[in-house]
Amino acid sequence: MKRNYLAQALGLLAALFAAILIAVMLELAALPPPAVNLPDAVGVRMEATGVAHPVTAVLLNFRGYDTLLEIGVLLLALLVVLAVAPHGEKAPPNPSSRADPVLQTLARIAVPLMVLAAVYLLWAGAYQSGGAFQAGAVLGAAAVLLHLAGLLPRWDTPGARLRIGLAAGFLAFIAVATALLGQGALLQYPPAQAGSLILLIEAGLTLSLGLILAGLFLFLS
Amino acid sequence: MSTGLIFASAGALLFAMGLAGVALLDHLLRRILAFNLMGSGAFLVLVGLAQRTGVADPVPQAMVLTGIVVAVAATALALALARRLFTLTGDYKLHDRRPRADEG
Repeated sequence: MKRNYLAQALGLLAALFAAILIAVMLELAALPPPAVNLPDAVGVRMEATGVAHPVTAVLLNFRGYDTLLEIGVLLLALLVVLAVAPHGEKAPPNPSSRADPVLQTLARIAVPLMVLAAVYLLWAGAYQSGGAFQAGAVLGAAAVLLHLAGLLPRWDTPGARLRIGLAAGFLAFIAVATALLGQGALLQYPPAQAGSLILLIEAGLTLSLGLILAGLFLFLS
Repeated sequence: MSTGLIFASAGALLFAMGLAGVALLDHLLRRILAFNLMGSGAFLVLVGLAQRTGVADPVPQAMVLTGIVVAVAATALALALARRLFTLTGDYKLHDRRPRADEG
């Protein structure tokens, strides 16, 4: 009984917190616009970025450092998952025993199209919404779909090729960053080659992200 | 009230709901989901507040895109740890070291 009252009181407290949060935010929004206009600052320098979409320009050019650390964080998360995942504790269930033929047929049709969609998203990122992260998510989802349909067994211990694939995006990114260090700043692309360098990094990121996101599911399943 | 502000208000609501969930729920799976709700709320606040004047700002959008991917990785990590806890203790709950006085 005591717990019940406590939960109700805390629930009321949370509602109050939400109300205060919204009130503060509305107050904040009523302030005059900030002196630094970020959309304009991005727009002015778009020609030098090598891409035509502002979000991609911010992700891989202006704030490339963030994205480098992000793929590092993902790799780190996968390493910890590998460290705590059960290795060979139980035999994986026979995939074909629980396979649904309708799901299998659907997966066989859908997965090639998903790979195609991932390549398109990667390419489209240069000039519209899209890019390496969306493409990698579609690739990862394709692998998860194959696993759920019983067509792809769970991953146990990554082999040499899988390890290279998992690290490729991070390594490609670091290689580009190191090669450009001679310019004086980390990840400052020369404008003439910026477009192709970003495409190279994004291709590596797509492959690695797809494998990492798939691995987060398949190493644990 | 612009669309961006409505998004931001919904984000603040989601954040508070997630916070209440993290504080009140016992089951670790529900707690992880509540934590994700908090994250989604924060993302909505960032994107919504930035476009309150009607012009989309690419900088917070890129930040949120980075945040979403990191949140996915953190969720997977939390799930892996929760499952490890389940194999070790047979339970999806965090137990206090000493039994609580107000239990039951």
